[in-house]
Amino acid sequence: MAALPGSTDCAVPEAALPEIEDVPSVSTTTESVIDGSLVVDPAINAAAGGPNGLTEHSHVGGRTVNPSATPGAHMTRVVSTDVADHPVPTSKFESWRFTPLRRLRGLHDEAPLTGRAGQDFEVEIDAPETVSVVSLAGAAADWVRGSSGEHPVDRPAARAWNASPDVFLVDIPAETVVDGPVSIVFRGLSAENAAAAHLVVRVGHHATAQVTVTYEGSATLTENVEIVVGDGATLTFASSQEWASDAVHLSHHRLRVGRDAVLKHSVLTFGGDLVRILTTGVYDGPGGDLELLGLYFADAGQHLEHRLVLDHTAPHCKSRAYYKGALQGRNAHTVWVGDVVIRPEAVATDTYEMNRNLLLTEGCRADSIPNLEIETGEIVGAGHASATGRFDDEQLFYLLSRGIPEPVARRLVVRGFFTEVLVRVGIPTVVDHVNEIVERELEVAGI
Amino acid sequence: MATLEIRDLHVSVLTDEEPKEILRGVDLTINSGETHAIMGPNGSGKSTLAYSLAGHPKYQITSGSVTLDGVDLLELTVDARARAGLFLAMQYPVEVPGVSMSNFLRAAATAVRGEAPPIRKWVKEVKSAMGDLSIESEFADRSVNEGFSGGEKKRHEILQLGLLRPKFAVLDETDSGLDVDALRVVSEGVNRFKALSAAEDEAGAGVGVLLITHYTRILRYITPDFVHVFAAGRIVESGGAELADELETNGYVRFTGAGASA
Repeated sequence: MAALPGSTDCAVPEAALPEIEDVPSVSTTTESVIDGSLVVDPAINAAAGGPNGLTEHSHVGGRTVNPSATPGAHMTRVVSTDVADHPVPTSKFESWRFTPLRRLRGLHDEAPLTGRAGQDFEVEIDAPETVSVVSLAGAAADWVRGSSGEHPVDRPAARAWNASPDVFLVDIPAETVVDGPVSIVFRGLSAENAAAAHLVVRVGHHATAQVTVTYEGSATLTENVEIVVGDGATLTFASSQEWASDAVHLSHHRLRVGRDAVLKHSVLTFGGDLVRILTTGVYDGPGGDLELLGLYFADAGQHLEHRLVLDHTAPHCKSRAYYKGALQGRNAHTVWVGDVVIRPEAVATDTYEMNRNLLLTEGCRADSIPNLEIETGEIVGAGHASATGRFDDEQLFYLLSRGIPEPVARRLVVRGFFTEVLVRVGIPTVVDHVNEIVERELEVAGI
Repeated sequence: MATLEIRDLHVSVLTDEEPKEILRGVDLTINSGETHAIMGPNGSGKSTLAYSLAGHPKYQITSGSVTLDGVDLLELTVDARARAGLFLAMQYPVEVPGVSMSNFLRAAATAVRGEAPPIRKWVKEVKSAMGDLSIESEFADRSVNEGFSGGEKKRHEILQLGLLRPKFAVLDETDSGLDVDALRVVSEGVNRFKALSAAEDEAGAGVGVLLITHYTRILRYITPDFVHVFAAGRIVESGGAELADELETNGYVRFTGAGASA
């Protein structure tokens, strides 16, 4: 495998980034709060406008919880490694109601997870010498499984936990600065035998690294990904789903952010028949900074689902979620659900989440649900924004009126739509690659 | 020498209910080098005329014709009209998030000129044009019009005028929302392009300008050759610059009374 061109300085300076704000180009705005449990004192909310730079909908320092609702109720779920503890999901489950379960090929139920490395999939690794990337089996695998301290919250993840024979471990030693990205490619060879996989990325304290995982080919895969960032460490991580059109992929990313650690986590989903990625994040101590980025582009018939659950349990932590998606073609369906809970002890939390969807053609559907639950008034800021809209005719007219031909104008707008998130990803090779994919997607649309 | 000819133009705006007629027979001929001011009260249809010429899909041409050097402009798409030499400086320039001003300008210049301008020459050209309009260089990296103040947006419209070098420019309420300093900078930009286009024109005529405005103050900086009073969807009176002075003194009452709309 050819080494990915490394880069010694991949960080995008914060100041150079455009501030992501609410874009008037999208025509509708939806917000929803689970069971109406979020009650914002309008006076406090109004007073919050401005200083934190949050717009559209912000909550700062309010008494927020409806006494009739249990705090954190919607996040209470079965947490267990034992498959028997997890019922088979049905469409009546809140967290599965959007997923077309029939297309899961039994991953959520009883489908045998017999896919094996070398036969049904292969894994390629490209890592600098300072990084240890190993496939562990037996007792060694058992030892690293669960490194995040977080366990499966649903049946497919619990099944993957028990069925995956090996655990891939990417281990960045403490105080190491790794040049260039560690690259892992998971290549599916067949979608016939369902497979289970488990990846652990462990970054020692005060280390700095970039890790990319690329999924391609055909597969029926259920997977656990654990990412543990030690105190004071910085990890830039990107997972790129570039599957063939017959792939089904369920994954649960569990993130643990150490004290004063910085984790940038990008999920870039373009391929596959059905991809559903649940990302849950927790903080190990104060001062953690977590940025969750997502881009997706759904074509006809594709179901791409991204769910975030961020649990602010430590004080002085920051989180940002920026997810953007484009859809084109009949029955292209995307789902984004972002749950953020600020626990009573998480004072001085600063959180903001945003999801925007661009519908390029008729016949596609984007569901977007941000949920924010605040259990302390002592916070820096908390906000969310969600909007789904069609191509903005006024933007198009403006570009056309300058002589720019329509196909060029449309590309400019769609590329611009993705750019806001893409410039934050922070791994140049990934950014270039995603740009190429977006160009291809636009060709599919005849744009 | 080119001519923009508007004949008996009738335009309706598409609303949720039924189309509503806004323009009721506009006749106007603009030759290269001429500056025509169209003045009229709010709601008289001035902006509708501007957008109809550019081809905004919201407006439906029900009858009449618009030709640029004999070419039927109304048969052309929006982008083709711009490439044919028409430019509209908008009253409310649109924000396009994620598309940098520099990318946008280059895409537009490439389209209008028929080929990508050589990069070094282009960078110099843009830099100098921005300097002329007192636009900070950081704006090149910002998204098109995003977060720009009213004055910054108008400066960028005139920046595009100078870079795209149209045969005819429609300036829709370019003076609105500008303070005196900004008004001067923007007006000087228009005059500079008028002079430059005349110097480059073999016939010495240069750009033809259609200046749409509610107030006369911009006419103190950009001198019109003709002033037309617009009311109830058509031109009701035409004259020289002195007509603007009369409007300044007496307002539009004479044209908006019962007699004008009949």
